[in-house]
Amino acid sequence: MSGRRSRSRQSGGGGGGGGAGVSRSNISDDQINDLVSKLQELLPELRHRRSDKVSATKVLQETCNYIRNLHREVDDLSERLSELLATSDSAQAAMIRSLLMQ
Amino acid sequence: MTPQPLLMKPNSIKTRFAYGFLRALNSLNKNKPSSPSSPKVIFRRCRMIKLAADASMASAVGSRRAWSRAVLCKIRCQRALAMRGRIRSGGFRRRSGAGKGFGVGQTDGLRKLVPGGGAMDLCCLLDETAHYIKCLTTQVQVMRNIVDICST
Repeated sequence: MSGRRSRSRQSGGGGGGGGAGVSRSNISDDQINDLVSKLQELLPELRHRRSDKVSATKVLQETCNYIRNLHREVDDLSERLSELLATSDSAQAAMIRSLLMQ
Repeated sequence: MTPQPLLMKPNSIKTRFAYGFLRALNSLNKNKPSSPSSPKVIFRRCRMIKLAADASMASAVGSRRAWSRAVLCKIRCQRALAMRGRIRSGGFRRRSGAGKGFGVGQTDGLRKLVPGGGAMDLCCLLDETAHYIKCLTTQVQVMRNIVDICST
């Protein structure tokens, strides 16, 4: 869990900027490496590889591919939903209403 | 996909997205024309469903993230322009200098894919990308569940 380690390293820097999240000034290579390895953990393609075996460029490329895939899936699902709404009349509406009640 | 918890957390992004999206689908369904659906109508509805999904996700996240702020702002602009009957493609100005460790070209792809990414510095871009990916997977999960429930 390299994401957890980054917290302590950041706080050791002695920056008093305040505010949660990533500070804008003083971007260190360490910080960037931590963010990249955090990204890597989210990618199914690279999740199980050791972070020192994968270059940052590769992580960025895979991130782009993964986002594109997810966008495509959203497109496909929107299409399916629009067909579903078109083919049936009140049944689907009732279904959606009942889902809202849950 | 990650295993789903049996009980949904009432205030999670996932739950708020699901509610918002279902509500949007419901009103889309109410407003649909009574005439038989042509491919054109289905295509238009498909686009509206996609827009609704993005809008619901962004408002479920709220304004605490840069990418969701960018999406919400874009939707608001589009609505305002649509009212006036004008369509203009806008965008954020790019920030020069990609930052340490990466060549200029390497983050370009991400900047185009993450909403508002053009105006972020490198750290912010990476942080926002991680959050955006998590939200997109949630979006896909919920939409797939709805499709599965409706098609059985």
